Amino acid sequence: MKRLTPYLLALPSWMWLAVFLVVPLAAMASVSLQTGNAIDGFAMTFSFSNYADALGRYSTQLVRSLWYGGLATVAMLVIGYPVAYWIAFKGGSRKSVYLFLLLLPFFVSFVLRTISWGFLLADDGVLFGTLKGWGLLPADFHVLATTVAVVGGLTYNFLPFMILPIYVALERVDPRVVEAAYDLYASRTAAFRRVVLPLSLPGVFAGVLMTFVPATADPVNAQVLGGTGNTMIGNIIQTEYLTNLNYPTASALSFTLMAVLLIGIFIYARALGTENVLEAAAR
Amino acid sequence: MSHLHDPAFLRGMTQPRTRREAFRIAGLSAAGLALAACGVQGQKAAPPKADAVKDYWSKQTKHGRVVFANWPEYMPEDQAPLKKFQSETGISYQYKEVIQENAEFFGKADPVLRAGQSLGYDIVVMTNGVQLQHMIQLGYCVALDHSKLPNFAANAGATYKNRAYDPGSTYTVPYTSGVTGIAYNTKYVKDDITSIEALFDPKYKGRVGMMGDAQEIANFGMIALGVNPEKSTEADWKKAGEKLKAQRDAGIVRKYYDQSYIDAVSKGDIWVTMAWSGDVFQRQLAGEPVKFVVPEEGGTIWTDNMLIPKGAANPVDALMLMDYLYQPVVAAELDEFIQYVTPVPGVQDILKEKAAKATGEDKEALEQMVASPLMFPSEADYAKLHTYTTLTTQQEQVFNPIFQSITQA
Repeated sequence: MKRLTPYLLALPSWMWLAVFLVVPLAAMASVSLQTGNAIDGFAMTFSFSNYADALGRYSTQLVRSLWYGGLATVAMLVIGYPVAYWIAFKGGSRKSVYLFLLLLPFFVSFVLRTISWGFLLADDGVLFGTLKGWGLLPADFHVLATTVAVVGGLTYNFLPFMILPIYVALERVDPRVVEAAYDLYASRTAAFRRVVLPLSLPGVFAGVLMTFVPATADPVNAQVLGGTGNTMIGNIIQTEYLTNLNYPTASALSFTLMAVLLIGIFIYARALGTENVLEAAAR
Repeated sequence: MSHLHDPAFLRGMTQPRTRREAFRIAGLSAAGLALAACGVQGQKAAPPKADAVKDYWSKQTKHGRVVFANWPEYMPEDQAPLKKFQSETGISYQYKEVIQENAEFFGKADPVLRAGQSLGYDIVVMTNGVQLQHMIQLGYCVALDHSKLPNFAANAGATYKNRAYDPGSTYTVPYTSGVTGIAYNTKYVKDDITSIEALFDPKYKGRVGMMGDAQEIANFGMIALGVNPEKSTEADWKKAGEKLKAQRDAGIVRKYYDQSYIDAVSKGDIWVTMAWSGDVFQRQLAGEPVKFVVPEEGGTIWTDNMLIPKGAANPVDALMLMDYLYQPVVAAELDEFIQYVTPVPGVQDILKEKAAKATGEDKEALEQMVASPLMFPSEADYAKLHTYTTLTTQQEQVFNPIFQSITQA
């Protein structure tokens, strides 16, 4: 009985996974191979051609999504790392205040925040209207309905998910380790590059994971901030599911996206040598 | 957040799985696959038999409560018409503004109704179009008992009793109608726009808004080509698609909009756009520099319809509320607020009388409403207005990709 206890305790989570992850995924895998329409019903025909059709029609949007997701992730890293570093090492006793300020915008819903960006970036809005009034920008300058707006929106919306894991990793760095580096005649750059940065890599890894995946799949930013050539794969999946009731194509696209993201993450983990990084962190 | 940097967590995410583990996971998925392989059932419904309808209604009784699901800004804030209904009939109501978009609403309702469960609403309002068609085809609407709709019979306009998408008003009665035309911002556009060609004019490059909805944009593409959308063929759709693609590739279109076009045109992000009449009229009254026209080549008219979804708990009460809204006085009160086209023609006279008695700003606003072709289109206006194309499921599979490949490139 004692040997079984941990398994019994874990049972609820296994059930949870089975009911809410495995079954829906399996159902989706099944639907992605069916043919038919919503009115007459769908039947299983094992048409793997659904995948080829979906990819043939929407490869542009899929590649674009990965590109936007990648761009936004790099931007978040560039902006987020210094912020996390500053809070962890220079935040002093106000650390929690800074973290709270960082999270404050997240008390407002995701869609509303994105729409507010639309107001902020309006052609004659608060920002550009004023700059145009001063003659600093040409009259037909605009950011809304461009790639910049979409990638900017993605960066803004997912930034805390990059900052927080990096912060947690940096926070755990023992200041004495850094001191030791200086004692051994490391310059400030060398101490950062060879001590702090490697120690924070698990945080960077988690941050990239937690931002790249949702940013790539996001439909909201492209819809609210994008223009005629900014449609992302999330928008396509939404349209296929809700408007066209084309469940097989939508499922095939969802699976393709999932596969592409998973492969990307594994390559990334290998490239970063996560195992070594973890060992370094554990020491 | 501590688990984020936990080495065990990351290792779990990244370490290679052993081969045995991989097989185990595959086995689990296969079991799920077997569960799900039976496919998604279709539920195409045959037209209702008169007996079955009679039988259904004979079993229903009044319950004294009704739940009404509607779109935002479709009811005065004080809900006066509903309150009056409650005090006159003793039926208590719940009013929920839960419908924002037809596709989204249908997407949420479909699995529930497919499983034979109740939505929890007794009346829902949907626009004529693909989703309403699906609701009817799938048997998701209760056939109405017209012996309990005397006000509808007496007061609804002839056009609103005879609608191509629901002949004989078997399943639906109109709530309100509106016109899709062109709106422009008078601060930036100094000419009077009269033609649909304004939407294709290189002069407004990057300042034109088009709608993302396949039906809406297809209609305007066809009207611009001089084709009547109601009688269009596949060849017409393709030609319209080419015209709209050329418009996009020339950089004339800024964005394919949903409801957000109205903010964009009043802020000046776009100058000329496809638009829904009531939105523009409400903005005009709020003093914003926007103007609405029905292009001389034509526009479209759509109708939001009330229906009783299958499995509704209180169908008799729902039918009573539907009919109540067709009393001219009640319809007038509603229309004064929502400012779209009412299905009850008698409203115009009531508002005229009210304007004669009113004073000051109220009088002015009411007179404006009575005279507005956006609220009370004339015969000549109606002649220019086309309705949506009714598509079969097979046609939809041709129609949608043509226009979605433009709006979602």
